[in-house]
Amino acid sequence: MSEEKPDLIDVQINGEWHSFPKGTRMIEACRQVGVEVPHYCYHPKLTSPGNCRMCLVEMGMPPRPRPGDDPPEPDEDGHLPISWIPRPAIACANTIAPNMGIRTESEMTEECRKGVMELLLANHPLDCPICDQAGECSLQEFSVEHGNGESRFREQKVKKPKNVDVGPRIRLDDERCIMCSRCIRFTDEIADDPVLGFTDRGSHTVLTVYPGKELANNYSLNTVDICPVGALTSNDFRFQMRVWFMKEVKTIDTNCATGANITVYSREDKIYRITPRQNNDVNSDWMPDSHRLNFHWIESEARLTEPLVKDGDQHRSASWQEALATTADKLAGLEGSEIAVIASARMTNEELLITNRFVKHLEAGHVDTVPRTGEADGYLISADRNPNTLGVKTVLGLDDPGSQLSAIQEGIEQGRIKAVISLQENLIEDAGFSADTLKKLDFLLVSYPLANPTADLADVVLPGAAWAEKSGTMLNITGRLQRLNKAVDGPGLTLEPWEIVRDLIQATGGGNGIYSVNDLFQQLAAEVSEFEGLTWGRIGDLGIPLIETGETIPLLEREKERIAKGLIVG
Amino acid sequence: MSFKVPTELEKEIDERVTHYPVSKRSAVLPVLHALQHHFGFIEEEAIEWTAAKLDLEPIKVLEVVTFYPGFRQSAPGKYHIRVCRTLSCAMAGSYELMEEICEKADIDRSGVTHHDPIAVSKDGKFSIEFAECLASCGTGPVCLVGDDFHEEVKNVEGLLKQYK
Amino acid sequence: MSAISYRSGKEPHPKEHRVVFKNVDREGWDTSIATYESEGGYEQLKKAFGMEPSAITDEVKKAGLRGRGGAGFPAGVKWGFLPPNNEKPVYLICNADESEPGTFKDRYIIHQDPHQLIEGMAISCFATGAHLAYIYIREEFPEGAEILEKAIAEAHEKGYLGKDIQGSGFDLEIYVHRGAGAYICGEETGLIESLEGKRPYPRIKPPYFPAAMGLYLCPTIVNNVETLCHVKHILEVGGEKWSETGTPNNTGTRILCVSGDVQKPGYFEVEVGKVTMGELINDMCGGLKEGRELKAVIPGGSSAKVLRADEVFSVGKGDDARELTIWDIPMDFDTLAACGSMAGSGGVIVIDDSRSISWVLNNINNFYAHESCGQCTPCREGSLWMKKITDRVVAGKASPSDIDTLDGVARNIDGRTICAFGEAASWPTESFVEKFRDELVADTDPELEDDFLNAEAITAAANLG
Repeated sequence: MSEEKPDLIDVQINGEWHSFPKGTRMIEACRQVGVEVPHYCYHPKLTSPGNCRMCLVEMGMPPRPRPGDDPPEPDEDGHLPISWIPRPAIACANTIAPNMGIRTESEMTEECRKGVMELLLANHPLDCPICDQAGECSLQEFSVEHGNGESRFREQKVKKPKNVDVGPRIRLDDERCIMCSRCIRFTDEIADDPVLGFTDRGSHTVLTVYPGKELANNYSLNTVDICPVGALTSNDFRFQMRVWFMKEVKTIDTNCATGANITVYSREDKIYRITPRQNNDVNSDWMPDSHRLNFHWIESEARLTEPLVKDGDQHRSASWQEALATTADKLAGLEGSEIAVIASARMTNEELLITNRFVKHLEAGHVDTVPRTGEADGYLISADRNPNTLGVKTVLGLDDPGSQLSAIQEGIEQGRIKAVISLQENLIEDAGFSADTLKKLDFLLVSYPLANPTADLADVVLPGAAWAEKSGTMLNITGRLQRLNKAVDGPGLTLEPWEIVRDLIQATGGGNGIYSVNDLFQQLAAEVSEFEGLTWGRIGDLGIPLIETGETIPLLEREKERIAKGLIVG
Repeated sequence: MSFKVPTELEKEIDERVTHYPVSKRSAVLPVLHALQHHFGFIEEEAIEWTAAKLDLEPIKVLEVVTFYPGFRQSAPGKYHIRVCRTLSCAMAGSYELMEEICEKADIDRSGVTHHDPIAVSKDGKFSIEFAECLASCGTGPVCLVGDDFHEEVKNVEGLLKQYK
Repeated sequence: MSAISYRSGKEPHPKEHRVVFKNVDREGWDTSIATYESEGGYEQLKKAFGMEPSAITDEVKKAGLRGRGGAGFPAGVKWGFLPPNNEKPVYLICNADESEPGTFKDRYIIHQDPHQLIEGMAISCFATGAHLAYIYIREEFPEGAEILEKAIAEAHEKGYLGKDIQGSGFDLEIYVHRGAGAYICGEETGLIESLEGKRPYPRIKPPYFPAAMGLYLCPTIVNNVETLCHVKHILEVGGEKWSETGTPNNTGTRILCVSGDVQKPGYFEVEVGKVTMGELINDMCGGLKEGRELKAVIPGGSSAKVLRADEVFSVGKGDDARELTIWDIPMDFDTLAACGSMAGSGGVIVIDDSRSISWVLNNINNFYAHESCGQCTPCREGSLWMKKITDRVVAGKASPSDIDTLDGVARNIDGRTICAFGEAASWPTESFVEKFRDELVADTDPELEDDFLNAEAITAAANLG
């Protein structure tokens, strides 16, 4: 006890003593030692109103001697006896104190939980069989662990609005709402769009969107994620799939350079839902709706599912072998200076590494990627709408991605460039190339997930995997190296871009011993100084800071301020 | 009907707002009181007007309006009666008083619900609702007619006659 | 406008000891500042300016003044919770929400002696360093709000409020803030939220103890009307002398309000602990109604636990141990607590044998179901549930086991809520079930034991939308 660090406090949890930093909330102290305290309203990224009362625990402090009485004697470890307080305390908003005792398994705590569960379910519709939240509902979960198994409630339930359109993407069932206020706090504190509130009072309280207004901000679906029950559901996901049938894959968002950490939910290679995954260095617990919902194109009719080669004016199906052989043929007679390779900042570092090999192998005279920019939204969306621009700079070695595109067009116009290999890019729609320019080429190869006007003109079209169908690493705007993990298999004969480039190298007479994306990663670690010594495992699910960019993510900065003020746990 | 706050009323409201030098939001109740006093109830435009006046999101005003039974969201009668329902007045006969007023003023309370607690007489002259404890438990049954307070109400006819 | 001012012929009862109520129902008295000044009004404020603020707090501590709003917490100790070396502004709020059923004392101070309150507040503000104060008055006192505003204007004119009051260098503004009909605004943090323009959801404590983080998250003192008035009188005679009235630890006078089944309901300012329940009901209120017997008393506002007429209360310890009948209970904080109830707000509701206990409890449950703010689970869900059960008991549609459920629901609220409303809502049910179980059960029907009313819980599932 005597050598205790000054900022650590000893707390007894379920009979065992632990040390925690001063200021730790009781609920977090418990969590840190593997003791889960059930809760509904508490969310570490939001203020704590303490309203659900599910986290009530038995709490004790050393006895306070009356004047004249002897102070309590510490035990041999220096801990004082604990005098248990007859009134339970919420664990969410209270911070620990020296020599505090917490009992999460005592009769009192269990009674409190049972009581709160019964009360929460009293007016709840219990429509679990058709509720989208079923399977991931905190009410269900805690009913199993702490519920009574039966209710004494014999009254008519309070009637409230059902199936309310609160915004373009969200529906509200007020009867399921347990009034934890998480959604209101999210819209007030994080999204700066206070359109939600409680109206009426007591048992008749309803969550409401102001008449004539909508919960329509680009972060609205986060309220669905944090709703502990089935009150707020996503129109997009509603009734599509029971959650327990879905496979979860941890990966990252590729809609911008922030690289929000996400979980992709799929069944039989069909994606049903994407939710943000907590990463306090990237996206906290949140993600923009626009990014979250941008996955339906993956199963679009326009997906390219097999290689195509041009036969006269028409494309026809071809085997990979034929498509690659045709490519090799067409490139064989060309000088390197006559070839341009246009890669993509949507490619992984591994794909960019092998692309770099390919460029060198072809001695291609021109190489670039296509920039995508928009407006930063001041929250999580960065102005750079490519997920791996930093990878392009670091691995492909381009100082100023996009700066060569006009020179390449000029080269095509002037006949100096005769072949373009477009990897995972759509030059007409995304890079401003004109069809007339591209028609001047002797050879155009396009790999892409979807049919598009550029592919229409291509001599060879290769079906490339979409982001959810491939693995690798990317560097986000802050210089963090993160893992993209394959969530579903691509349709038909699709290949991951690194496989396509590997096969192109092989078809054009190059050799390599690349059998897996991990081989590429190891080469990255061996060849690119920034990646030196890295292993796939070390990156982990949350990535690691790799390069200092000086860039920050505005939403995280504001969260840090709230943590510093003690408003939230973080 | 377009919602228009008369200049005089707005002046009065602006003066009230100065009572809250730290936060204008504090003036939500006084502004709503002033509007209800003038218009008889709080309509949606009044909520939006209040929100604009105090730089608030309208939902923050709606949250407040719907919390307090003191604010009405539909038009009351010319004279609004609030009869105390709570224990001491109930023991002194406030339920009977309610019935008698309704009978004499021709008010049908059968449609009253939690969300719609006010009933209006057929001629629109009186409206009525139960209120919780008016803090005059020693002189029950009591009621408020508008801002007028009446104790030991026994003579309902006499009470109603005071209001033309 | 029917003014609630002077009531002719309403003389104080001889057993009363009027201090705060000295001018209530007093012939020739009015609410003007001239009348107030004519009897030494604002002299104590002038005296206060000659004292150190901390010395005033010390006097209040010495007096042992316990809060008259309901909790009975010592006011001087409350003031002492203001953080030392505080650099934020301090606010003082007068809680004039008078909302505990059975309580009707502040009404008369406000309507008949407003300057007494303003002087008490001004002294308290000087003692605590508050330069901005609010009187949070319930909306149902429209006339009271006007009277107070007029009194404040007069006090301003006479230099008892505003800048550099009486040359003291002390500035103070007091404003009247009207509520809008919510019992929860009597809870001090709910009141503060309401005053901030929000839904009056009580705050969690810790961390939001008003003395440290109150109005606008600044140190704030919230005191009841009667409590603040006493400050003036404490200053007048000194804390020690003041504490000689009443009984030890239950000092001073307080106003008891009696309503319900007595001959002459009313308000009585008495020395705390010097009057028994029997004297209060029989002597001061003229006894029970003709031919009626006492059944129960709710002694401190409707949230206080009920006392049964034939109970015997064991109070005191050791040499002081004694048994009391309901008639013997001295009306003070400690004895009523020892009897298992509380002095609360001083609202005494007398219930005679003509009353159905189910009906009384249902009326109370109705109140708390209506007034629950709905912020936290136990009270939000439990208060309406209890009301629905007693609705059925009154209607003869409950079964005996419903009484157990009723009690169980109350015990799931008690002690588990954000604010004391949880206790206020659950104590009536707990105590009525404990003391009148037989009578409640007698109103139920065993044949209804399997009656299941909420089958729609299942059918609601069909509403897919």
